[in-house]
Amino acid sequence: MKRIITLTVQDRSGVLNRVTGLLQRRQFNIESISVGPAETEGISKMTLVVEIEDEQRLEQVTKQLNKQIDVLKVSDITDKAIVVRELALIKVASSSQLRSEINGIIDPFRASIIDVSKESLAVQITGRPEKIDALIELLRPYGIKEIARTGLTAFLRGHQPQVNDLATYSLLK
Amino acid sequence: MKVEAKQLEFLTSTAPKTGADLLIDLLKSEGVDTLFGYPGGAVLPIYDAIYRAQGTIKHILFRHEQGMIHAAEGYARITGKPGVVIATSGPGATNLVTGITDAMMDSLPLVVFTGQVARSVIGTDAFQEADVMAITTPITKHNYQVQSISDLPRIVKEAFHIASTGRPGPVLVDIPKDISAGVLVEEPEDACIDLPGYQPTTKPNPLQIKKLADSIAKAKKPVILAGAGVLHGKASRELTAFAEKHQLPVVTTLLGLGAFPADSPLSLGMGGMHGTYAANMAIYETDLLINFGARFDDRLTGNLKHFAPHAKVAHIDIDPAEIGKNVPTQIPIVSDAKEALVELIDQTAESPEIKAWLETLHQYKQEYPLWYKHNPDGMCPQWLIEAVHKVTNGEAIVTTDVGQHQMWAAQYYTFREPHRWVTSGGLGTMGFGFPAAIGAQIASPESTVVAIVGDGGFQMTLQELSVIYERNLPVKIIIVNNGALGMVRQWQELLHGNRISESILHTQPDFVKLAESYGIRGMKIDNQEDLITSLPELFAHDGPVLVDCRVLQQEKVFPMIAPGKGIHEMIGVKPS
Repeated sequence: MKRIITLTVQDRSGVLNRVTGLLQRRQFNIESISVGPAETEGISKMTLVVEIEDEQRLEQVTKQLNKQIDVLKVSDITDKAIVVRELALIKVASSSQLRSEINGIIDPFRASIIDVSKESLAVQITGRPEKIDALIELLRPYGIKEIARTGLTAFLRGHQPQVNDLATYSLLK
Repeated sequence: MKVEAKQLEFLTSTAPKTGADLLIDLLKSEGVDTLFGYPGGAVLPIYDAIYRAQGTIKHILFRHEQGMIHAAEGYARITGKPGVVIATSGPGATNLVTGITDAMMDSLPLVVFTGQVARSVIGTDAFQEADVMAITTPITKHNYQVQSISDLPRIVKEAFHIASTGRPGPVLVDIPKDISAGVLVEEPEDACIDLPGYQPTTKPNPLQIKKLADSIAKAKKPVILAGAGVLHGKASRELTAFAEKHQLPVVTTLLGLGAFPADSPLSLGMGGMHGTYAANMAIYETDLLINFGARFDDRLTGNLKHFAPHAKVAHIDIDPAEIGKNVPTQIPIVSDAKEALVELIDQTAESPEIKAWLETLHQYKQEYPLWYKHNPDGMCPQWLIEAVHKVTNGEAIVTTDVGQHQMWAAQYYTFREPHRWVTSGGLGTMGFGFPAAIGAQIASPESTVVAIVGDGGFQMTLQELSVIYERNLPVKIIIVNNGALGMVRQWQELLHGNRISESILHTQPDFVKLAESYGIRGMKIDNQEDLITSLPELFAHDGPVLVDCRVLQQEKVFPMIAPGKGIHEMIGVKPS
């Protein structure tokens, strides 16, 4: 099962290495990882997406991450009400004739064109990973030259519904 | 002599204070009495500071970094205080890797200082540069690289705090040469520990304690498993009181030996791959397994499918990540062993009715004791250990490497007291035993310290003979010499169709002459009569002694659980 785990960590050199090294050593497979400064100075926030086979392994990974001295907090937020976003840049082969056609495709995704050249254009899209996957599939026939994705980042919504129906809010599973 | 003293005075009074001087001050204020070290280019400023400290802090010079870090581990195991290690950059640091990993696996507190090239050349592949931070991140509890002299007080304080609290472990501090050589502009302020991400839980949850007490009252076949956590928590007395209060039988792990008196009628001995029949069957048949500070290592559990299959499992551990890691646990208790035991003893729940269970276990002990057969062809290694036990009255500190001699020592040197057993359990490091004995002897100068080592392992770190000669440390070295890498040979015989591949040591030094060349008394003994005659006198000798004991090569460690087998599937439980 795919799990979204967020970490609050001390912004110190080597902390990313500690986290990824630990996951590698304990044989956890990282699908994506994103890091950036948090609301407090000196504190960073990491969002990990990891593939984990069962509950016991999930418990083990959170416990091992928690043991790291530079890790302040570990939360598996997969089953909570969360906001999940990823950004992708997609370079599509395109002549001037195809530009408006592509515009028509990306418009419903609320993506935008951020760079244009003679042979290609660059699309920027933000959203849940599935949404990005869907747009990539639609653009593929035109010839995708390059894709750069940030990896997913997420946090809890301001309001958490009652415990019993949390699962319905799950975005990844 | 006079000139030297004057020179020293000159140096101490006028030389400006450096980062290295500050480090020595900080070590003293942490109560450090012994440094296990080896100098080199990147730590020259630190060694200069040690020189100028004029013997106010003891430094023991080893002959190889691996030897000194194992010595620091031995010191840590006996005192419970962090062993403090200093090594230079590059090869000095990489030679420590085995010892750091060993300490990590066996939860020994160490604070390791490594020199590093100056900050200006870090990352340029400078002379004797190694990426020690990256190398040691997975094998330390935490590590630091000092980036500013003003950080040094906080880092040293945190390093000692992290190493010695919670689940102990090694902490490494990498100090670039320009930091240690740097001149202190002003005396730094007293540092405060700033570790918001490190708050080990030491007090048990009272509800879980009550749940465990109630489970004990209802159990029909309860058993305690005592690990090294009991020793780290200095909770042997409490464990004994608790076991005796409810008449609960106790199995100890390899590293837990001594946590519970082995001569108590409630003791079932060691469990695991070479554990006793009674201990392993107790674990197999139990309906309530109460684990204090053991991590359910694979050498204890055997095949997990057959491990305590009928049991409710309670696990008391200071490290939450160990609970439920290998064995599903119904009663998890994150706590220091002593805190939990004190709470448990105070519980009013009744003792269980377990007369029949104790009777069964008693029968197992009677029917399947540890055994070996005397052989007219030579000396039995098991008998040798018994002889060492006898001559030391069972009160010695015993250190070992890994392998057959380790298992025989664990089986036949019945430990009545805690903190007498120093062995490499998790990592299984050859060459650990002898230097660990040096550290143990430094930690406990009045104790008899015996290094029981194999002929293979001893040859990995024997250069430290210089240290015991130089310091006149009365370590007694017993080489259980079977001319082979015995455990490898045993597995090859039993599990690899008797294809004895590269496990016989055809050539060996003359260990007696070797000892003598270091100025140490040596003796070779190849039969039981000579051993009986000589051993008391050798142990009475006030100084180091090496005894090369020639034992039978074909002797094997039994009982044995073959790899992949369940804890109840022992072979060699009785003489064939």
